[in-house]
Amino acid sequence: MSAATAATIGTSPGRSAVVLALGRTLRTWRGGLSALCLLAVVAAALLAPWVAPYAYDAQNLQATNQAPTLAHWLGTDEFGRDVLSRIIVGARTSLAVAATAIGVSVLVGMSLGAAAGYFGGLFDRIVTAVVDLTWSFPEVLIALMFVALMGAGLQATMVAIAIAYLAQFARLTRAQVMGIKNETYVEAAVNLGAGHLHIVFRHLLPNAITPVIVAGMLAVGDAIILEATLGFFGLGVQPPQPSWGAMMSSGTAQIFLAPWTILGPGLAIALTVVSINLFGDALIEALDIRNRLRDS
Amino acid sequence: MPLLEVHDLGVSIGRLQPLDGISLQLDRGQILGVVGESGSGKSLTAMAIMGLLPLIGGRIHHGSIRLDGTELVGLPEPAYRKLRGHKIALITQNPMTSLDPMCSVGFQIDQVARLHLGLTATQARQRSIDLLQQLRIPDAATVYGQFPHQMSGGMKQRIVIAMALAGEPDLIVADEPTTALDVTIQAQIIQILVDLVRSRGLALMLITHDMGVVAQACDQVVVLYGGRVAESSSVAATFAQPAHPYTKALIACIAQADQAPGSLQGIPGMVPSVADHAPGCRFHPRCGRAQALCQTVVPPLHSARHGQQVACHFPEGAGHG
Amino acid sequence: MLVPVFLAVSLVIFMLVHLVPGDPIDNLLQIGSSPEQRAALVARYGLDQPLVVQYGVWLRQLLAGDLGDAIVLRQPVTELIAESLPHSLLLGGLAFVFSAVVGVLAGAVAASYRDSALDRGVMAFILLGSTLPSFWLGLLLMLVFAVQLEWLPVSGARSWSALVLPVLTIGLHGVALVARVTRAAMLDVGRRDFVLMLHAKGLSHSQIQWRHVLRHALLPVVTILSLRIGWIVGGAVTIEFVFARPGLGSLLITSINQRDYPVVQGCLLMLAMAVMLGTLLGDVVQAAMDPRVRDSLK
Repeated sequence: MSAATAATIGTSPGRSAVVLALGRTLRTWRGGLSALCLLAVVAAALLAPWVAPYAYDAQNLQATNQAPTLAHWLGTDEFGRDVLSRIIVGARTSLAVAATAIGVSVLVGMSLGAAAGYFGGLFDRIVTAVVDLTWSFPEVLIALMFVALMGAGLQATMVAIAIAYLAQFARLTRAQVMGIKNETYVEAAVNLGAGHLHIVFRHLLPNAITPVIVAGMLAVGDAIILEATLGFFGLGVQPPQPSWGAMMSSGTAQIFLAPWTILGPGLAIALTVVSINLFGDALIEALDIRNRLRDS
Repeated sequence: MPLLEVHDLGVSIGRLQPLDGISLQLDRGQILGVVGESGSGKSLTAMAIMGLLPLIGGRIHHGSIRLDGTELVGLPEPAYRKLRGHKIALITQNPMTSLDPMCSVGFQIDQVARLHLGLTATQARQRSIDLLQQLRIPDAATVYGQFPHQMSGGMKQRIVIAMALAGEPDLIVADEPTTALDVTIQAQIIQILVDLVRSRGLALMLITHDMGVVAQACDQVVVLYGGRVAESSSVAATFAQPAHPYTKALIACIAQADQAPGSLQGIPGMVPSVADHAPGCRFHPRCGRAQALCQTVVPPLHSARHGQQVACHFPEGAGHG
Repeated sequence: MLVPVFLAVSLVIFMLVHLVPGDPIDNLLQIGSSPEQRAALVARYGLDQPLVVQYGVWLRQLLAGDLGDAIVLRQPVTELIAESLPHSLLLGGLAFVFSAVVGVLAGAVAASYRDSALDRGVMAFILLGSTLPSFWLGLLLMLVFAVQLEWLPVSGARSWSALVLPVLTIGLHGVALVARVTRAAMLDVGRRDFVLMLHAKGLSHSQIQWRHVLRHALLPVVTILSLRIGWIVGGAVTIEFVFARPGLGSLLITSINQRDYPVVQGCLLMLAMAVMLGTLLGDVVQAAMDPRVRDSLK
């Protein structure tokens, strides 16, 4: 039996299964509607400079703290800047930071988890111990620790988010890998002389990847909240970059005069995160991987 | 008047009807064996009598169940609750899981007496310990305070029997009480049940798939197949001359002590699932005596020799075959 | 188990001062301090010694109750923490109790009246509660109840009524989780054989649900609550800041902003310990509740 034939015996589930599940999800009310909202948010973020009616830093000191009007759909803030435009540009920040951080987190987490699950032994024990340590700590605390280390700002925020969510991807991947590595088709590949890297990338990871991707997507929602929280503390992305959290923070000073400065960004966050959660939930059901996700 | 009278009972689950018109009766001091393979509907009979069908998603479709003259079908729930544990008690086949792991076994026995007999805690405790002693459980006072996970399966089943007796029932429905136990313990438990019936004048409905148990313990027997009664008679008559071909095959299945290994007899074919019962007599696909009539006409339950009731067009010992 | 974790965490926190860009001595001292003050600090912390020794010294002083002095406020850190800790404990404790009690009740009611309007209502509320970010929920409640209706104070800790909104904010999130777990656990337990037996004994549905099923369902609830202690701590940190309440959280965030590293270290340490102790407590309670676990531990 050639290595090629052996490799095809136990390959990953067809990509078409995932595509089918995606199609099913989009056809449901929950999945379709939330996907639409998400698409709108992402589009707004990508096309921000062209979509936003005003520049995000365009001040108009004659029209500060105005309630929503036709000219300013979501009103203006204490400097007369258009709230809607700032929200749209802020979407860029939030989504970019969250997505990048989670992306890195997934990559590092998957690598660590796969290695730990595959090699086992002392390496596995050390990785598991470290991962479990971060698992019980609240993300906010971990994030604050890194911000304290690196100073407030974009870099610290991204690193903090990446590390805070690392644990779940590592645990998930490790559980998946440990479940699969004893399957006969992997044994067969080993017997045929396949190297470690080949086994990990060709056999183990493709099976593990689907639940991790979905978990990653849900984590982006949490990451957006974490980024906003840090921004609210004044420790996230620094002005003049608009960020949803920072907008809400300065909004609290005008809470009696101009509550819409808080409501606007808040609704944006809520809409985005709720859409992500609903879509993710619907996808989990369509893919029927709820059991596999419980390993984390 | 018989203690329990079941007449033409039909049970449905969803759109299926796993139990299709069975009748039986039971007197005080009697032990009735209800026999059948899994899927014959015997557990459903137990659930129906206890009024617990809604818990498994079923309901009584037609028929009547009379306990001491009272009609149970359609009885309002509060009235039924007064009967459960008090007039009718249930013993199930899962001693490992029938007891609440977080309560002491003593508490669980007390519960019945306090609920139905209005005893105080002290009175109930004394009574429960007495019951345990009557069931020949050594060191009853210690066992009273123990938790289920500290006991063996056989011991747990005795606790379940104690729970069943605690409310002073007239009828005990035992659904495969020994199936999950060691062979050595099985005979003990059956003997305990038989002794209880004789000494207290209870009625016992013993549901089992094992004709050997029926032979050992029962006075009367009802054989179920595919949700219908195949044969109903005294144990003596059935074992002497089984009327229904299915009964005959069941009896032949009983392992003999000196049987050669590998020579256990089985019945060819499989028990049909509820969804695809054969038309006519439900046993005909597996029956060695089946004729064309059997495939189309449902055989009614009629009297045969020796006072037996049988639902077969061509019963054993009646000429053909 | 607790000791190695504590050592690891304290090591990371200790390294904070050394990993931050700049001279560790400057990170611990006010700008414009005299050379004598610098020398005193070096002697005290042994800052010219190898790192391992420094860690040892720091740890020893920690265990003796000395966390150094705050740069900005010039008070011993332990004093600052002692002032803030009671506020945080009060907030966290009340929020925890609120989530636990209300969550269990809500979940039990939903499970007992399964598929009724009540169940659906509770579950919808739960869905909402678990998807809204907590600091936003806090601001929303503030807007509605403090600004619009003026029933409760907006911020601060001047009165008992100022506790209501913060506790509600942190608690509601926890309620959502606890209710969901309780409901699922009760439905799961309700399917078990011993429940059938309880019915067969003549007990009523509500008796069975509240006296037997609930107790079993509480096991996974306690597990989840003990895992979520960390979450309560995190929530408290955020919400203290949102409602401008005194407490460890506000102290931490302010001192990060001010680069007051001794205070940052002290707060992080206290908060980390709170998380670890809480998790340990959860394990203990779990063992106490389940006779099977108790026996397996003997």
